[in-house]
Amino acid sequence: MNRIFQRPASLLDRPTHFCPGCTHGIAHRLIAEAIDELGIRERTIGIPGVGCCVFLYHYFPIDVLEAPHGRAPACATGMKRAQPDKIIFAYQGDGDMAAIGTSEVIHAANRGENVTVFYINNSVYGMTGGQMAPTTLLGQQTTTSPYGRDFKSEGYPIRMAEMLATLEGVCYSTRVALHTPRHVNQARKAVIKALEMQNAEMGFSVVEMLSTCNTNWRVTPLEAIDMIENEMIPYYPLGVFKERTGKDFL
Amino acid sequence: MDRRLTKGNIALAEGAIQAHCRYYFGYPITPQNDIPEYLSRNLPKVGGVFIPAESEIASINMVMGAAASGKRAMTSSSGPGISLMQEALSYMAGSDIPCVVVNIMRSGPGLGGIAPTQGDYSQAVHGGGHGDYHSIVLAPASVQEMFDLTIKAFELADTYRNPAMIIADAMIGQFQEPCRLTPREPVVVPDKPWALTGCKGRAPQLLKSLYLADGEQEAHNLVMKQKYDIIRDREVMYETRHLEDAELMIVAFGTPARIAKTAIENLRARGIRAGLLRPISLFPFPVHQVHDFSIRIKKILVVEMNTGQMLRDVQISAHRDSRIFFYGRPGGGVPYPDDIEAQVVAALEEA
Ligand SMILES: Cc1ncc(C[n+]2csc(CCOP(=O)(O)OP(=O)(O)O)c2C)c(N)n1
Repeated sequence: MNRIFQRPASLLDRPTHFCPGCTHGIAHRLIAEAIDELGIRERTIGIPGVGCCVFLYHYFPIDVLEAPHGRAPACATGMKRAQPDKIIFAYQGDGDMAAIGTSEVIHAANRGENVTVFYINNSVYGMTGGQMAPTTLLGQQTTTSPYGRDFKSEGYPIRMAEMLATLEGVCYSTRVALHTPRHVNQARKAVIKALEMQNAEMGFSVVEMLSTCNTNWRVTPLEAIDMIENEMIPYYPLGVFKERTGKDFL
Repeated sequence: MDRRLTKGNIALAEGAIQAHCRYYFGYPITPQNDIPEYLSRNLPKVGGVFIPAESEIASINMVMGAAASGKRAMTSSSGPGISLMQEALSYMAGSDIPCVVVNIMRSGPGLGGIAPTQGDYSQAVHGGGHGDYHSIVLAPASVQEMFDLTIKAFELADTYRNPAMIIADAMIGQFQEPCRLTPREPVVVPDKPWALTGCKGRAPQLLKSLYLADGEQEAHNLVMKQKYDIIRDREVMYETRHLEDAELMIVAFGTPARIAKTAIENLRARGIRAGLLRPISLFPFPVHQVHDFSIRIKKILVVEMNTGQMLRDVQISAHRDSRIFFYGRPGGGVPYPDDIEAQVVAALEEA
């Protein structure tokens, strides 16, 4: 009998620390599957940001460096320059990447560092208790926007995948979502493509993944899925914003 | 021996290359720009990597990435940039990642000035970043030491898997002296089995500083403390001058120590017996040496280009009966030998 579904070899069999309903675990699985598919586990090094993803090493049987909050793209830069033959990925939340670490990700992307960033956008600072992030939707209530995010005072949610796509050093920038099987399948392809492009030395790749944080959104997992569909995707459209087809650098 | 007229900052940068450092990341700031400029020219010639980073935060985190890969990596900066690096320095200390960070000091606080000063002693020696850690700190006082101590800093960083800092004032960075630009001993880069190189043929490895489980962080802090105690035991470096018969001991590092040497010669010509203890390693500080000399030499004059930072370490180290005097010139003021001579004479006159 053929086994058609099993845990990826690059994902350890561990109890998860993520809340029930959180999609970080799906993102982990997709990355592990891609690592298996490309056969790169033994030369892949992961760099989690600080946030719910900080225990990356707990789940992946790969080398891991714990970066300061927001600085994973700079750490990845140093590491990739020191070891160009390795596959280096950063895994960052929206607080990590779109708030405190904006500078590091923009400049790593702009230099065309040959690394991949997996960017989990759940519209809040999950680990610290669901405070407002630059990605929080207008009107969204969080522990630090108790009256709902107001553009007059807090500005508008920031669209990182689109912004990064404007930079010449970027070979691949896409936004996917993790809330339905169809979307997970699309996300799976994006994750593989990003790592493949790094393998082909094409430059900086980023996969933004719209994710649930039902605990901090104060909703049920099913309601969180609806929120991705009805509230996040309308503001954060899915799609590919940049994709190089070859090493077509300027 | 072949010696060449060399600027301090250049000697330091060449020292890094000779120490097999191949990764430099930095952001410009006076008075240390000769370092990145020299390395941007010369690292590519030896297969190294130079990245003009977008900020000092990025620089030090790039250092962290390269160093975690098992490579010798460094950055350099001055006051404001060094302040920005403190978070990552603390992470590297907590994760046992070696690196070398150079601070060619500016005066401060704030944007301050660029004249020679030593206002960052406390930041470098007593933490700087958060948490219970130490960087190894070396203080060159000549162009030759800029070269030699850079190599030493890489050695110590690797041996103890710990950040090492070089702090020098702008005088040491900017002036020229004859300098031997070859290592005194062959440079050996140790194996780094802990490095993150991909887990081919071995178990996955991890470099981290987060310890959440009950008691884990405390246990880690105590292991770090053991390491610092070993460093305190083994790595103290200092120089003395005329302490055998001295009736007063000057304690000074960097440029003030050089000026003190001139002052001491002048004083001795007048029959006044002053001597010098110059700490070369600031962490570890020569605690026992200061103490032992202070048993016999009752009067101590601490000279610094700040308002009294190393002074605290001397006060803690010296014998309890010591009389400790202080002469400090902050904010870019540089003492003349006769300033120091006058302080020595006044101290000796006091009952
Ligand atoms: C310099 C610094 N500031 C603040 C924090 C506290 N902190 C830890 S995680 C986090 C936010 C994480 O949010 P995000 O990146 O969106 O990831 P999530 O937990 O939602 O997956 C913050 C603010 C920190 N660790 N370091």
